Amino acid sequence: MKNNKNRGLKAGCQPDRKGHFGIFGGRYVPETLMPVLAELEEAYRQVRRDADFKREFAAILKNYVGRPTPLYEARRLGDALGGIRVFLKREDLTHTGAHKINNTIGQILLAKRMGKKRIIAETGAGQHGVATATAAALMGLKCEVYMGRKDTVRQAMNVFRMELTGATVIPVDSGTKTLKDAINEAIRDWVSNVSDTHYIIGSVVGPHPYPAMVRDFQSVIGREARQQIKKVTGSLPDMVIACVGGGSNAMGIFYPFACDQEVRLIGVEAAGEGVDTEHHSATLTVGSPGVLHGTMSYLLQDKWGQIKGAHSVAPGLDYPGVGPEHSAFRDSGRAQYVAVDDEEALRGFRLLSETEGIIPALESSHAIAYLKKIAPELSGKETVIVNLSGRGDKDVETVAEIFRDRSAK
Amino acid sequence: MNRIDRMFSRLRKRGETALIPFITTGDPDVVTTEALVLEMERQGADLIELGLPFSDPLADGPTIQAASNRALLNEINAEVLFNMVSRLREKTDIPLVLMGYCNPLFQYGVEKFARDAAEAGIDGTIIPDLPIDEAGEWAKAARENNICNIFLVAPNTPDARMKKIAKASKGFIYYVSVTGITGARSDLPPELSEGLSHVRNLTSKPVAVGFGISEPGQVEMLSAVADGVIVGSAIVRIIEEHLIENENGYSAGPGTVSSVGEFVHGLKQATLKG
Repeated sequence: MKNNKNRGLKAGCQPDRKGHFGIFGGRYVPETLMPVLAELEEAYRQVRRDADFKREFAAILKNYVGRPTPLYEARRLGDALGGIRVFLKREDLTHTGAHKINNTIGQILLAKRMGKKRIIAETGAGQHGVATATAAALMGLKCEVYMGRKDTVRQAMNVFRMELTGATVIPVDSGTKTLKDAINEAIRDWVSNVSDTHYIIGSVVGPHPYPAMVRDFQSVIGREARQQIKKVTGSLPDMVIACVGGGSNAMGIFYPFACDQEVRLIGVEAAGEGVDTEHHSATLTVGSPGVLHGTMSYLLQDKWGQIKGAHSVAPGLDYPGVGPEHSAFRDSGRAQYVAVDDEEALRGFRLLSETEGIIPALESSHAIAYLKKIAPELSGKETVIVNLSGRGDKDVETVAEIFRDRSAK
Repeated sequence: MNRIDRMFSRLRKRGETALIPFITTGDPDVVTTEALVLEMERQGADLIELGLPFSDPLADGPTIQAASNRALLNEINAEVLFNMVSRLREKTDIPLVLMGYCNPLFQYGVEKFARDAAEAGIDGTIIPDLPIDEAGEWAKAARENNICNIFLVAPNTPDARMKKIAKASKGFIYYVSVTGITGARSDLPPELSEGLSHVRNLTSKPVAVGFGISEPGQVEMLSAVADGVIVGSAIVRIIEEHLIENENGYSAGPGTVSSVGEFVHGLKQATLKG
């Protein structure tokens, strides 16, 4: 910590020895996984200091993923929003089209060092599944991806992409047949195949060390953005805005700014059909703390602790939990969490497409939508970074259908 | 001493292995669960595990997941389970252990859960997603209410950790037979007996073995090396086979209770041979 005013953050910045961010995080898993998580934690601790690992990781990010991604000033969008300066961190330009690849490359290199022969992953929208299948193809490892049956239908193109890169997609029929249940199945597989399998979790969720490890692999986004904005404007931004499902793109861009108190960090959740309905994913906005998928964090649950289904027009935000470090940021006030609904997100999707010729993922559209929503309250002098976590190609069909339905009515 | 300790010391004197069946509370309804508990006791069960259903049971295979879903259709929760146990306590003194995931327990409130469970007549808890590292608060509340919190050890648990778990575990130690999830298996790992003997050398507490055990032959073999044998999915499967589907969900078909009773009888006989 550089100065006194940052001290209060320390607890929020690094987990304790058992992976707790304040009361959040930890390891709530079957005993069989405890030795495996300890092994993973140790392997990760070693590679963090290993110059060869860092070099290899950086080289792949540069030559294969296409980093650094540009920080692009969206002038027409800024003008449309009252003259503020808006910068887009272009994670949509990475190989496979979303930030997810940063983490899967990091974890696959780690898995290789640990001598694991088989990779498993869960996926909701399919972006993390595609990024994992891609990384596995790159390293020549066997890959199986769990995906809720409903999602395999909604995101058929991503299923095909995974299969093209040599992965096997396993449809999940348990529970709600979506992301939450795909994670359950992946954990069950891992419990049963601990010796040769590494589980690549796609977000800053799950038991320790995943939340901190995935954050570290994703924080390349924020490190680049911080340097880039300083180079262009000579100072730090007033605000950093990112969408939050599990929260990996948000944590990736927030984390390097966490100790810059003057930078407001804003996470945008999916309000779906409205936070006062049963159909949303606004975990931090209206949820309560509990345990899901091995970690203590905010959740959508009923009074008896049963996990509720989530909803969003953006499949990547459709998750009833959230990363534990976001929960800690929420409670400490370091970041603010807000929610925008499906309608607003669709308007954000359209706005960016029309003003900049960039079609954003529906997930990232939530961040754009929130900026649009608060623009009237801004002075017009602010500098804002929006993390454009992914591109919208995968969503074009969904959106076309929605617009078609409307014009039919 | 609570009922669990008394049961194991009684059996130990006789050189007998405990038979521990598992059923999910409210699968397919509470009335059936109550009848099953009494029938299983009559047929020789020494302790009964009662599952508290959870929406995301990540240590369970398809059989118990399905049972959990059926129970949730009936809106089974901790309060319903405690009320059922209170009623059962007027009729039976068999040790009853609640098996459930930590989130429903946390949402109920750790201290209130321990108090209400004890008052109803629950003797112990098994919380598969609450390892020793996170169990402090619950272990304390359980202890203060004379509830045995039973921890699990797995075949891949290192010795040093196994000793810590054995020390923290009350009532008995739950040895997980396979690195995997619950569910009936026809083949158990060949190194299982050796693993069990190893745990028993590290502790003087009773050790019960569970996960995957489904046949009298397996029970007989394991009775030679374990203080207790736990059978879950194989029993739940019998309930499942007898289910009648109706508009609102499921009900127990004729013969459910007697078929489970017969199966439990066979398992108990197998423990006596081992």
